[in-house]
Amino acid sequence: MNGRSLGGWLDNRNVLGMLFMLPGAAILVVFLTYPLGLGVWLGFTDAKVGRGGEWIGIENYQWLWDDSVFRLSIFNTFLYTVVASVIKFGLGLWLALLLNRHLPFKSFLRAIVLLPFIVPTVLSAIAFWWIYDAQFSVVSWTLVKLGLIDEYINFLGEPNLARASTIAANVWRGVPFVAICLLAGLQTISPTMYEAAAIDGATPWQQFRNVTLPMLSPIIAVVMTFSVLFTFTDFQLIWVLTRGGPINATHLMATLSFQRAIPGGALGEGAAIATAMIPFLLAAILFSYFGLQRRRWQQGGRDN
Amino acid sequence: MADSEQREGMHYLESLPRRWVTLYIPLLLFLFFLLFPFYWMGLTAFKPNAELLSTEDNPFWVVAPTLEHFKKLFIDTSYPSWMWNTIIISVVSTFLSLAASVFAAYAIERLRFKGSHQIGLAIFLAYLVPPSILFIPLATMIFHLGIFDTRWALILTYPTFLIPFCTWLLMGYFRSIPFELEECALIDGATRWQILTRIVLPLAVPGLISAGIFAFTLSWNEFIYALTFVSASENKTVPVGVITELVEGDVYHWGSLMAGALVGSLPVAIMYSFFVEYYVAGMTGAVKE
Repeated sequence: MNGRSLGGWLDNRNVLGMLFMLPGAAILVVFLTYPLGLGVWLGFTDAKVGRGGEWIGIENYQWLWDDSVFRLSIFNTFLYTVVASVIKFGLGLWLALLLNRHLPFKSFLRAIVLLPFIVPTVLSAIAFWWIYDAQFSVVSWTLVKLGLIDEYINFLGEPNLARASTIAANVWRGVPFVAICLLAGLQTISPTMYEAAAIDGATPWQQFRNVTLPMLSPIIAVVMTFSVLFTFTDFQLIWVLTRGGPINATHLMATLSFQRAIPGGALGEGAAIATAMIPFLLAAILFSYFGLQRRRWQQGGRDN
Repeated sequence: MADSEQREGMHYLESLPRRWVTLYIPLLLFLFFLLFPFYWMGLTAFKPNAELLSTEDNPFWVVAPTLEHFKKLFIDTSYPSWMWNTIIISVVSTFLSLAASVFAAYAIERLRFKGSHQIGLAIFLAYLVPPSILFIPLATMIFHLGIFDTRWALILTYPTFLIPFCTWLLMGYFRSIPFELEECALIDGATRWQILTRIVLPLAVPGLISAGIFAFTLSWNEFIYALTFVSASENKTVPVGVITELVEGDVYHWGSLMAGALVGSLPVAIMYSFFVEYYVAGMTGAVKE
């Protein structure tokens, strides 16, 4: 509450508030809200590059429903999101727990661990592209020299290998984010809780299961919602590494939407694919919202 | 010091071999996994082509390092102008977003006007709207506005993800500044503008730095808008230029690609190294609030 001394300002507080909101709100309404609606509308038209579209109802969606590439892209998107998110969560939590222990050079380690996340994704994806090269891959070279394989691995040439390779690159980029956020959560857990658990004879596993996880669960919910959201709508990594190939095996909804709309010129169809992502995103956002709600009472108050 | 001792608890009870197995070895594996691509990027950028394309030599080292790839990058391609574009676009859109966000966050968090709670929630939702579903309608708008293939196309669209992020982050910072400070100033006859510029902003400087460098990194790394809204070579940003112009058909100039990736990553990496704490605070703050 603002207190009574601010009472006199009540009259023009609304006016001043609106005035202060104006620059940001104007940009967001024009370049975010409006295009969001425009995108949904474009999905119901046959717009092409350089020509406005006519309303064609749900024809795009009917067409996409029968399109095996679109169906494959939905499958790929789910596979990519679920597998990458599960691995990112597992490795991220593990790394966070490691970094939370007594270590020399702790802050330095934390700083370099985050590097994959801050470097432009496209540029680090180029490094992965080279690591995955069919002829000169350093991974293949090492495995051949160790005598584990006879031929170079065609990382991005075989459908399932390409899926695994892109997921590995996504995990590489996402683990630092998950780890550092969870580490921040771990540091808010009071050490006295572990002392109490230890005095009661809890094993390290029991301490993790009954103290760390419950205390961490609200932040896990939020971090993983963000992680799922970014993975689900990923574009850059796939575009650089495979452009959706081989035989569409790594096409995500975002890359398919781009390919149909920009190089392919079918803006309406691309917009329909992008719009089809919205229900899934809404589900993720609702999940995040309830994650945030839960956090407040778990942290004991500050519920203003 | 005492606090961190207490937090880390009873580590001295662990035996050394056990610490190696449960802590140091997994950590070293993590570091190898996370840092190897950077080593590989750096190494490749300095490798002459003969060594790059040899399958016999040890690929983990470079025998005769060369600057040839960098030379090619800076002389034969438009790399310098991509760099310049990226700098201008990132700086301008960051400042634009930061300015708009300071006012918005202050209004939502401190003026508490009617509906401010709902607007705060809307800002959070706007933060969750991904560029992958906005780029098609934005492309048609950009075209109609006549700013296709200009820097303005990116300067005006980057705030769509920067403003929600910065506002959300700054709201958290403003919340931590005690109301009493503002009340005292009001009693002393200060205007809202004076309160904002003389009291709130100086106290929120760490938040401004966090939001600023995070926004700068986000715009530096942006790809899908830059790929869609710009087509002339000299207007491209670094990520787009490197990926579209250094690949000619099936000929990959691996050395120059890596040099381009290395040079393009350096500005954010250097800035990050100076502001690690702010950066981490920005990232975790946006998730925690």
